[in-house]
Amino acid sequence: MEAEAAKLIGAGLAAIGAGMAAIGVGNVFGSFLESALRNPGAADGQQGRLFIGFAAAELLGLLAFVVAMILIFVA
Amino acid sequence: MAAEEGKVDPMKQFQIEPLFGSSWDIAGFNIAFTNSALWMAITVVLLWVFVYGGMKRELVPGRWQMAVESATGFIDDMLEANIGKEGRKYVPYVFSLFMFILFANLLGLMPVGIIPGVHAFTFTSHFTVTGVLAVMSFSIVLIVGFWKHGIKFFTLFVPHGTPLPMIPAIFLIELFSFMIRPFSLALRLFVAMMAGHVLLKVLSSFVIDGFNYGAMTSLIVAVPSFALMIAISALEILVAGIQAYVFALLTSLYINDAEHLH
Repeated sequence: MEAEAAKLIGAGLAAIGAGMAAIGVGNVFGSFLESALRNPGAADGQQGRLFIGFAAAELLGLLAFVVAMILIFVA
Repeated sequence: MAAEEGKVDPMKQFQIEPLFGSSWDIAGFNIAFTNSALWMAITVVLLWVFVYGGMKRELVPGRWQMAVESATGFIDDMLEANIGKEGRKYVPYVFSLFMFILFANLLGLMPVGIIPGVHAFTFTSHFTVTGVLAVMSFSIVLIVGFWKHGIKFFTLFVPHGTPLPMIPAIFLIELFSFMIRPFSLALRLFVAMMAGHVLLKVLSSFVIDGFNYGAMTSLIVAVPSFALMIAISALEILVAGIQAYVFALLTSLYINDAEHLH
């Protein structure tokens, strides 16, 4: 396989990581909404934690994006 | 990966170009006034105008004053909730950080491109800029931590109740996760802004090429892509707000670590 082709395939495979992070982010907001509807009174106090969880889950997907960008433009 | 003739290059929007003074040098470093610097200056001026307009201190606040006060109140509440009473002294820093990033993100999305020759530039999509912002937050954490607690600041890396044999391993892991903070902080903002803008430009090339190719492709490709572009633009406005909020929130959490240890 040519090196250029291998890089592009690797970049495409990195998109799996972005999809996984999408599951994670959806899980964070989905679980929050599920529990917020059970106890709306406590929901507002947990918004900070919601966004911390969101930020942590999102970062791992962004790392996959960085891997793809490095493969295409740098490596 | 150079752009071919007539194609949209999604990376060209991130190019930094000197506007004037490209021969200014200080100790071998070029300090030309670039488009990045221009948009930072615009951001600062707009932020200054926004805050100055709300500083009239009227007893019955007008709309503008309400807007500014709700912004400061939002940051004040966030620091109060995350740090406590000591958090108040960080309001000026975190407020400036939050508003600067928010204005920068939103300005980069402004459709100023309809004026010929003018290009919107999102400087938060550059790792150098977000890196400096993250390093500023991180150095505040270090300075406050060592100022308040001295050498005891290192107990931050050993949680309470850690069994003695585990202390070296836990210390290393916690130290690593502490040192990685500025990178994750900067990387999150930079990649989130860059990915959205690349996506918009890629979709725009679908629209342009689809319309150029013929009636069939314009109906199947170009029109749906254009609808998607509008939706993604709305999502980008949301992301601009969320990323600014997350940056300020994580900064306040890290400052809380420095203020209170564990």
